[in-house]
Amino acid sequence: MSSKTFKSGIHPKEYKELTEHLSFETIPLPDEITLPLSQHLGKEAKALVKKGDEVQPGQMIAQAEGFVSAPIHSSVAGKVMSLGKEQTSSGFPKDSIVIKTNETVESQKFLFTPLNPNAVTAEEIRERVALAGIVGQGGAAFPTAVKLTPPKDKTIDVVILNGCECEPYLTRDYRFMIERPDDLISGLKLIMKALDVKRGVIGIEDNKPEAIKILSGKAKYEEGIEVVSLKTKYPQGAEKMLIKAVTGREVPPGKLPLDVGAVIQNIGTAIAIHDAIVNGEVLITAALTVSGKGIKNPKNLIVPVGTPIQNVIDYCGGVTEDAMKIVVGGPMMGFAQFDLQAPVMKATSGILVLTKDEVAKNPETPCLRCGQCIEACPLNLMPTKLARYTQLNRFEHAEEAGITVCMECGTCAYTCPANIPLVQWIRLGKQKVLQMQKERVVK
Amino acid sequence: MIVNLWQAQVEVKRKNMETTTTIEPKQKVYFDLTTSPHLHSRWTTSKVMWFVVAALVPSIAAALTFFGWTQIFIIIVAVAFSVGTEISIQTIRKKQITWFDGSAALTGLLLALTLPPNFSLSATAIGAIVAIGLGKQIFGGLGYNIFNPALVGRAFLQAAFPVQITTWTKPNFAVDSVTSATPLAALKFDKIFTDTASMTIGNIGGSLGETSAIAVLIGGIFLIAVGIVNWRIPLSMIIGMLVFGGIFWLIDPQNPTPVFHIFAGSFLFGAMFMATDWVTSPITNKGMWIFGFGISLVLIVIRIYGGLPEGVMYSILFMNGFVPLVNRYTKPTIFGVAKEAVKK
Repeated sequence: MSSKTFKSGIHPKEYKELTEHLSFETIPLPDEITLPLSQHLGKEAKALVKKGDEVQPGQMIAQAEGFVSAPIHSSVAGKVMSLGKEQTSSGFPKDSIVIKTNETVESQKFLFTPLNPNAVTAEEIRERVALAGIVGQGGAAFPTAVKLTPPKDKTIDVVILNGCECEPYLTRDYRFMIERPDDLISGLKLIMKALDVKRGVIGIEDNKPEAIKILSGKAKYEEGIEVVSLKTKYPQGAEKMLIKAVTGREVPPGKLPLDVGAVIQNIGTAIAIHDAIVNGEVLITAALTVSGKGIKNPKNLIVPVGTPIQNVIDYCGGVTEDAMKIVVGGPMMGFAQFDLQAPVMKATSGILVLTKDEVAKNPETPCLRCGQCIEACPLNLMPTKLARYTQLNRFEHAEEAGITVCMECGTCAYTCPANIPLVQWIRLGKQKVLQMQKERVVK
Repeated sequence: MIVNLWQAQVEVKRKNMETTTTIEPKQKVYFDLTTSPHLHSRWTTSKVMWFVVAALVPSIAAALTFFGWTQIFIIIVAVAFSVGTEISIQTIRKKQITWFDGSAALTGLLLALTLPPNFSLSATAIGAIVAIGLGKQIFGGLGYNIFNPALVGRAFLQAAFPVQITTWTKPNFAVDSVTSATPLAALKFDKIFTDTASMTIGNIGGSLGETSAIAVLIGGIFLIAVGIVNWRIPLSMIIGMLVFGGIFWLIDPQNPTPVFHIFAGSFLFGAMFMATDWVTSPITNKGMWIFGFGISLVLIVIRIYGGLPEGVMYSILFMNGFVPLVNRYTKPTIFGVAKEAVKK
């Protein structure tokens, strides 16, 4: 099978061997969970409980507020301890509900009635996905029900399941593909049904031959579903890159995948949709990879949403002597943590403990104008220029050069031999430019 | 920014909670909080410079073989004065001293390899001082210079010591028919052709580094393989030379063949080590093609119509001057933009 891909990009060391052979383990319930009301893009959910309330696992404790939002469910049985600002893994404190687990209470899990996946209607799928609080599992956590409700004037002809998992270390999607291929295809079929699309593609990078083999074998018997092998490269899991690799279509700056007729869903999202429809489950667990050379026992885990990162790390045997950095998400786009009480959220795909050696930074020197960042940038930007414009406060020039197009994948900063924090400068410049554009609208 | 994670956590007070939770520090670890990406390729400026130095080892070996081991003194003087000039200027300007990044040493080495065998050591020292002083530091140091520093140094020597710099030594294994003149000079002034085989091995008159095409190619291919040299520049120069050289050869078969042009003089050395200097070459892929073709075009004009037999140095310096302009007009089209324009 020939492998498709997009232009440019990089090949960071993968480190997937740390966890790719390990099946999912379920972590014991923590004593206390913290559930931020905003675990998704869009409006914060509205709390339905108050201090002192008893809650059951799967019980909706906050409801979606508006269209682009998602409800929050309790992942344990227990008592609401507090409502207030708590630290989250994004680095900002957010309104959260803290629940103390009560293990003595005979807990009864809230479930929906299972639906027959063959008889279910598009409307029912959307409703169930919304009620189950499913959000995109790729990291951005966009409410899935919204993605399944495209505007009427857009024609969508392909659903792409993102099986790239292009971030180093992470093996969660890979484990899903190996362990639950049937559920995955069932989830994909439900997405296709909700969108009334006849073509479904599972894009998998060719560093996961086992997953390609298993899913190709299953896809043979399904009409309209195919597995596409993609050349391993970062950032292929980015929506724009994946659409380009699979269909050859380019999403213009500022446009969405559905503008070119494609909808992308993460592997984990498809599994969650299957679970919600076929098993009647709500999204109260997160599947994630705990990896890095700084963690004693790397694992793939199923974790109740709201579990403090500290518990997850302790479960994996703690950190080693030379641990240097704790990252939530992937190593290329994840967030470094300073408070391990921050909870695991719905879209958390990984917790990495990186050692001094892994995150080693070299001294920064002036730009050598080698052009490697330009060659590597998947969006054909000129990172060195954008960073320079930001340094010189020339935001008009940065805007003209397309700074707002940048998706902050970090490819440029990874490549730079002069070790200039290019993407960090670009992030700063992008904020300034967006602010400038807002002011312009006001005027 | 680095914070002590557990110290900050020792007292966690929760609003609406009566008790104060105390978490005992388990291990005292300092955590790094810098933003993503958390991984980095292992390249650094100095590593790049030392890789280029390594790539020049075959050329140095060829130079010492064909012109005698004493040529090492030219290299030592050039490197020492380059590094010395860098340190002196940075000390005077009260800047951070950065000679250990290897860039000054590399400039010195490149300069030495462009000089003729047995070149005066004092003139070599002057060349090195000019290369670093006028070629690099005056623009603000590494990364800011417009012209290739080693070539600036050599251009100065060419002007200051025109006789010495065109006085060539016979290679060690020369048979009687081999003259001390370079193939290009032999052709220009005496109408003598040198065969390609001699030029490939290096048993010809010429500058230290350019003498052996094969040694240059080994180093150049190594740099392309490790990703330091962008293949577009040497390739476009070679294609450019085949095209432009070919045109002149077709017009008048008295002119040398394009293949001769490629193997003669410092064309290959320039293509692999001089034109590919990161700082003074374009940053865009399209720009690199323009740059390479431009060098070949200027070079062929100098070689055929100019008073000098060789012109690689001037053609690269000439095109260096165009780099900012080339960069400006070869901005890559942002992903998705072209498609949108087509739709409209």
